[in-house]
Amino acid sequence: MPVKEYLTVRDIVGPLLLVEDVDGAKFAELVEIEFPDGAVGLGNVLEVNERTVLVQSFEDTHGLDTANTRIRFRGRGMELAVSRDILGRIFDGLGRPIDDGPEIIPEKRLDINGNPINPFARDYPTDFIQTGISAIDGLNPLVRGQKLPIFSGSGLPHSKMAAQIARQSTVLGTEEEFSVVFAAMGITFEEANYFISEFRRTAAIERAVLFINLANDPAVERIATPRMALTAAEYLAFELGMQVLVILTDMTYYCEALREVSAARKEVPGRRGYPGYLYTDLATIYERAGRIKGEKGSITQIPILTMPEDDKTHPIPDLTGYITEGQIILSRDLHRRNIYPPIDVLPSLSRLKEKGIGEGKTREDHSNLSNQLFSAYARGKEAKELAVILGEAALSDDDKLFAKFSDEFEEKFIKQGEYENRSIVETLSTGWELCRILPRGELKRVKKHQIEKYLKD
Amino acid sequence: MVEDSDVGEIVKVSGPLVVARNLPGPRMYDLVRVGDSRLMGEIIELRGDNVSVQVYEETGGLGPGDPVFPTGGALSVELGPGLIESIYDGVQRPLSAIREEYGNYIERGVDVPGLSRTREWEFKPSVEEGAEVRQGDILGTIQETAVAEHRVMVPRGVSGRVLEIRGGVHKVTDVVAVIGSDDKSVEVTLLQKWPVRNARPVKVKLAPTVPLITGQRVIDTFFPVAKGGTACVPGPFGSGKTVIQHQIAKWADADIILFIGCGERGNEMTEVLLEFPELIDPYSGEPLMKRTVLIANTSNMPVAAREASVYTGITIAEYYRDMGYSVALQADSTSRWAEALREISGRLEEMPGEEGFPAYLGTRLASFYERAGLVECECSGERRGSITVVGAVSPPGGDLSEPVTQATLRVVKVFWGLEDKLAFRRHFPAINWLVSYSLYLDEVEKEWARMVSPEFAKLRTDAMRLLQEESELQEIVRLIGIEALSPRERLAMESAKSVREDFLQQNAYDVTDSFSSLKKQFLLLRCVMAFEYAGSAAIEKGVEIRDVVASPVREEIAQAKFIPEDELDRIEELEKKVRDTMEEFSSRLEVKEALDLF
Repeated sequence: MPVKEYLTVRDIVGPLLLVEDVDGAKFAELVEIEFPDGAVGLGNVLEVNERTVLVQSFEDTHGLDTANTRIRFRGRGMELAVSRDILGRIFDGLGRPIDDGPEIIPEKRLDINGNPINPFARDYPTDFIQTGISAIDGLNPLVRGQKLPIFSGSGLPHSKMAAQIARQSTVLGTEEEFSVVFAAMGITFEEANYFISEFRRTAAIERAVLFINLANDPAVERIATPRMALTAAEYLAFELGMQVLVILTDMTYYCEALREVSAARKEVPGRRGYPGYLYTDLATIYERAGRIKGEKGSITQIPILTMPEDDKTHPIPDLTGYITEGQIILSRDLHRRNIYPPIDVLPSLSRLKEKGIGEGKTREDHSNLSNQLFSAYARGKEAKELAVILGEAALSDDDKLFAKFSDEFEEKFIKQGEYENRSIVETLSTGWELCRILPRGELKRVKKHQIEKYLKD
Repeated sequence: MVEDSDVGEIVKVSGPLVVARNLPGPRMYDLVRVGDSRLMGEIIELRGDNVSVQVYEETGGLGPGDPVFPTGGALSVELGPGLIESIYDGVQRPLSAIREEYGNYIERGVDVPGLSRTREWEFKPSVEEGAEVRQGDILGTIQETAVAEHRVMVPRGVSGRVLEIRGGVHKVTDVVAVIGSDDKSVEVTLLQKWPVRNARPVKVKLAPTVPLITGQRVIDTFFPVAKGGTACVPGPFGSGKTVIQHQIAKWADADIILFIGCGERGNEMTEVLLEFPELIDPYSGEPLMKRTVLIANTSNMPVAAREASVYTGITIAEYYRDMGYSVALQADSTSRWAEALREISGRLEEMPGEEGFPAYLGTRLASFYERAGLVECECSGERRGSITVVGAVSPPGGDLSEPVTQATLRVVKVFWGLEDKLAFRRHFPAINWLVSYSLYLDEVEKEWARMVSPEFAKLRTDAMRLLQEESELQEIVRLIGIEALSPRERLAMESAKSVREDFLQQNAYDVTDSFSSLKKQFLLLRCVMAFEYAGSAAIEKGVEIRDVVASPVREEIAQAKFIPEDELDRIEELEKKVRDTMEEFSSRLEVKEALDLF
């Protein structure tokens, strides 16, 4: 069927185009928008009402007019061409190569919206991933198939951390094909460049696929970017059997793009102007992480988002936290004190940790030790707060020790080098070493035999 | 273009909402099939010739001109043997069968019936030919699983003489009975259908009085829910809503469990699917899965089907209630269901209420929770069944003033308020004892007297008073320091701490601690309170608070919750030891005083 071309654009409002007298347009269909100057952009159908079609343009609508803009309906949804050759390549936010490499000769084309994984087909994530970062491995471990976001703030080193995780992640005792899919949404050139050069420098680029939408790229394009990335990830994981780590940064800009479209459509807003379907929309991204019974591969997701004003109750971190399996929260306070990675361990959480650690996975003392460190650190911090109000002298001898513990804990356990890759055994030993500061009688969360085994002098 | 006169035609597609025209005889809430792939949809608005349909599947690729097929019936569920141990999506499509047929992803246009058409069941009639029966009467039974006896009932609106009854092995579509008079008769199959948006009829509703034992101490002892009652669990993320829901699904002393995963995480359903066949029900000794029906419409599955999922769930619950069972239904989370309502309402361009939620949010929530209850079942004899509904609520930012929480609080009788601060302190279940409440308490306390001991109610009142007192005293301590407290108050602080840590805190992941019988809860609370009672007596007599607080017996109280169910006398012994220890302090003091005097 020849593709019909329409010159019937009536309205252009922000990123939206209203096209009239269209025959046979379908919901969610891919649209080509030919600018008056001959450039071609992409869009998709948001609504069809009889012969009137609402199109969302992924391209900036600068330079469009109602007289000469040509609209072509492609008769299919948005797709990504995939083959093994996507590894090592860099694409723009809509999946077009931008690294001067050849076009991808597709093995197949996949709808970027994917289909929901049947909950019955899911396999529970249980394989511990060693990231080499003590504050994660020791206290809030990541497991294969998990979605664990980093809640950060502007100016915090989340990029460094994400790159470190991508560089160091391994599953103990396995030699499986591992790859990284990286989606940048609205981040700066510098940040993106940091990732690209980091991947190049460590040769990780060979097993990485990058989708880059920068701050000055069209905002609406960002709505497609994470879906492109996850489609590539699903192909690598469930068709090629690879262990895929997906890094999505920054989800805040993604949500803002969504808000922009919603506002242009004059939809009834939910909290802070974000659309009421933000939860559902985010879920269609985050829930694409996981493992499937009988499949070798897996998708682990690390979305990064910057919390506006470091506010955890802002709709973006809030709704994300309701969908993801925990969160790693960064602290400005630790960062100011020059502690890298500045992970605020107390409010951080990994919901899947219990099933991923322990005998046969990491070590039998892992769970108890992490509880011990948690509670000791919490008590130490409380003691320090008290000391601020009432003075150091007001602390009991035990509390003084706990305060000392919390300082040392931050310096020795949380703090580590950007290129320091600690094995889980090293992490646990550091933890035990710190326990020496505390009175033996206060070690209530670990078992007696564990104290004897790991704390002997 | 569609020419056929008995088929409608799409004019508009906007996300899950499709508007069709020329649909013959449309009725509100009728089921339709949309497009050539025949996606399921439901009519939710009629405007002149235009019919708005909410579609339960992704609508990508649909466009004006595509056909819409009427089905003539409302969205219904299939009721019959085979429901238990199944996992369904929001519109009762079995996820296991979908995987077998369509693979790991849920494709569009999947059409698999809710009940297997090939599976065979042994039907044992319990009425004889010639008996007079009316709707709701039991015709016979099927052993559905090791613990669940399925009672085949006379369908609604059918009554008369049993003309024929066929025992033996049947498929669900087979006729097992013929009922009526000689000139007019109805064939009854094992499979019956019921429209999900209509509550199944009951003879009378009764006031719930018997507690639902969940094995969770803070719930059963402090904020109990009655069988047939309603409860809600609001809390910010990470405060443990889902763990509480799972714990209730695991340990509640209900006959049948319905767990609705409504717009939540896929892996949580996987966890249930993995754990429930392994975990053993403390009452029946059989795997928990043998009494459980799961409905999973995870957050990434179509939003309209999420809206339907709670109705699908409660209709199945009502079916088992009508057999005379007590059913516990968990909906996790009702906020996601409300969001689905909001999304559809927005697409219909309705005038929004608070925060974009439709104005009818409150009525919809209320009519859902009203389907809970203790009832006299519809039948000629006497039969009682109940549905207890526990709904999780996920308030944005943990703010309880938001519309869904508020609308829910207006209808439910029990409120378990979760708090993230408690969760950060690793106090689980993170139910805040100061804000939570249960309106069934008076009724349930009477039952306690019968089930466990008349002492129970007083213990609970005293423990609650201690916790209240603690929060007041904490204020003073924060301002002036612990020295400002009298010994009596110091003891109250310590006792309250013990109530919190040794009674309220419960580890869901510990084999022994995960479940406490009501008996154990009583003994444990009595033991914890013995420290308070005997401790105050000792202090009255002049014993130093230091000695009381430092007593090593407190370590043992802390460990008491790990005493297994079959060694409960150890808790009683411990309680005696607590009292003895305190008395010893007093008598030692008396001796000392006597010596000093001397």
